[in-house]
Amino acid sequence: MTARKSERLLNLLITLLVSRTYVSKERLRAVIEPYREAGDDAFEKMFERDKEELRSLGIPVEVGYVDRAFEDEPGYRIERSAFELPDIDLTPQEAAVIGLAARVWQHAGLAAATSDALVKLKAAGVDVDRAALNVVQPQLTAEEPAFEPLWEATRTRTPVRFGYQGSTATSPSTRHLQPWGVVSSRSRWYVVGLDTDRGEPRVFRLSRVRGSVETDGEAGCFGVPPGTDLRAITHRLAPPPADRTAEVLARAGAAHGLRRHARASTEVSDREGWERLTVTYGATEAFADEVLGYGADVVVLEPDDVRNSVVRRLTEVARTQAVSL
Amino acid sequence: MTGAREQVARLLALVPYIQSRREVPLDQAAADFGVRPEQIVKDLNVLWFCGLPGLEMGDLIDVDMDALEGEGVIRVSNVDYLDRPLRLDSSEASALIVALRALREGSDDDVRPVVDQTLRKLEAAAGDAAAEAARVDVLLSEQQGQVDQLREQLTDAVQRGRQVRLDYYVPTRDESTERVVDPLRVVHADGHTYLDAWCHLAEDQRLFRLDRVSGAEVLDTPARKHQGLRPRDLAAGIFQPSGDELLVTLRLDPTARWVAEYYVVEHTREEAGGGLTVRLRIGDPALLTQLMLRLGGAAELLEPAGLAEDVRAVAEQALALYA
Repeated sequence: MTARKSERLLNLLITLLVSRTYVSKERLRAVIEPYREAGDDAFEKMFERDKEELRSLGIPVEVGYVDRAFEDEPGYRIERSAFELPDIDLTPQEAAVIGLAARVWQHAGLAAATSDALVKLKAAGVDVDRAALNVVQPQLTAEEPAFEPLWEATRTRTPVRFGYQGSTATSPSTRHLQPWGVVSSRSRWYVVGLDTDRGEPRVFRLSRVRGSVETDGEAGCFGVPPGTDLRAITHRLAPPPADRTAEVLARAGAAHGLRRHARASTEVSDREGWERLTVTYGATEAFADEVLGYGADVVVLEPDDVRNSVVRRLTEVARTQAVSL
Repeated sequence: MTGAREQVARLLALVPYIQSRREVPLDQAAADFGVRPEQIVKDLNVLWFCGLPGLEMGDLIDVDMDALEGEGVIRVSNVDYLDRPLRLDSSEASALIVALRALREGSDDDVRPVVDQTLRKLEAAAGDAAAEAARVDVLLSEQQGQVDQLREQLTDAVQRGRQVRLDYYVPTRDESTERVVDPLRVVHADGHTYLDAWCHLAEDQRLFRLDRVSGAEVLDTPARKHQGLRPRDLAAGIFQPSGDELLVTLRLDPTARWVAEYYVVEHTREEAGGGLTVRLRIGDPALLTQLMLRLGGAAELLEPAGLAEDVRAVAEQALALYA
């Protein structure tokens, strides 16, 4: 049964592909045996289904008129240039890169899409040999259940709605979004788009999406504003690069974590049992958080903004955590 | 009827695949397509009945059945019109392009130009389908390269059943310790990669977060077998309450509400003004002190009262250093 249907689909495809002109239904029925043997209604149904099945494989089945002068009889064809993968000439090293890329996705759906792509490239004559390159293999994971529906919605430009638990909100609220893109920063996935309730671009963290993602409009009904720079948005999500330095005192034998991004300072500590360190960091508050984690084992000398943030919070804690009665 | 659809998709790749190589061993084709050789034979049998419209003599695709049955080699002919595979669709193109970008992020100066060139060629070949990939971006963290390298090294140790010496940093205790472990598996959960292993220092099963490993050496000694030891089930997340954690009650200001999402919360109560009172489990008193100091005035530790005292004492000691 499967084989018979595969034959029919393939013969239909070949007929439409090799023809220079649009092929009428009548002609298709004449040359494809199962169509010829079917009754009129059964043929119509079978042909409609077959045509859609080919399209679902990504095959561009076009509709036009058999005779352009009369525009009375519809016909079908597959334009070769829209059907075929263009030439792709890869060096052995580049082919090896493709082989590595095929193993990056740890997400079932995307891993399958990548292997389908790889099969087509192999069919185009690319010989994938991973051994030719010495590269560390990255992995992309996407554990968030919202990932796949939002990736699809982005690809097909379909508006969506979903429950979202904001970081400061009491309970999840329903959001409406025209998704422009999904971005990953530090192993977390985000969706960027136009929040149509607020009329402004927003970024949503996928792990905060609650419940299922529902479609909320027709595919392709919105466009991504020209000039939208996803990379810039991704960079804003990432912590700033650790390009600032602070001077701290650390108790000897303590603050091992801090020492992982510190070096001995050029100046010597004036306190007995303390070492002076030069530490690199990115963001003021995040660095103050780290210092606070070492309690009374680390003292910030400079810069002032870090020092002030630490002192402010310590003072608040000393005041808030009042002596219990 | 998805069977026929899949079969047609495979044939549309299989025919050009064979033609571009003139002939291919059956086993090789099966491996490249990720199916059993029997399936490829079934696919080839379909081709027998396909060809140019009319299917007269000379129109049919020719599969060399003698070569297939005799030498296990596939040859096809009389099918010049199917010598290129189908275009990449947008989901295939975007999955592959994003994977290449991740590879680019993680590669060094020698390899990056090769990846760039591959990306350019692939984007050109994919055409419109590649445009969709522009809507996806991946930025790896600075440490990701190290973690990827460790993951490969440790996965290799798991596969070869070797012990590993680890330098591991434990933030709650602020110490780096060297330990020998018997690795069980490398696993990804909650946004981090972990090594699940039996630790000879702790004499127990432990999870090691790879971004906290500062050094790893795969030893020649075989990993020991431990009776009844299974990789942990991480489906429910990394933190699995054992019952002996501290149960603490915190009053959180609106700005500190995020705490409720990062810890295992037993109970929450909304407070006037957007605050929250939460009862949560925390593994280690040291972790609680660190959390309270970071929160500054945005949280108050209500219970246990003794620990609030400890937190205040640490804050005062630290403050004295700034005097």
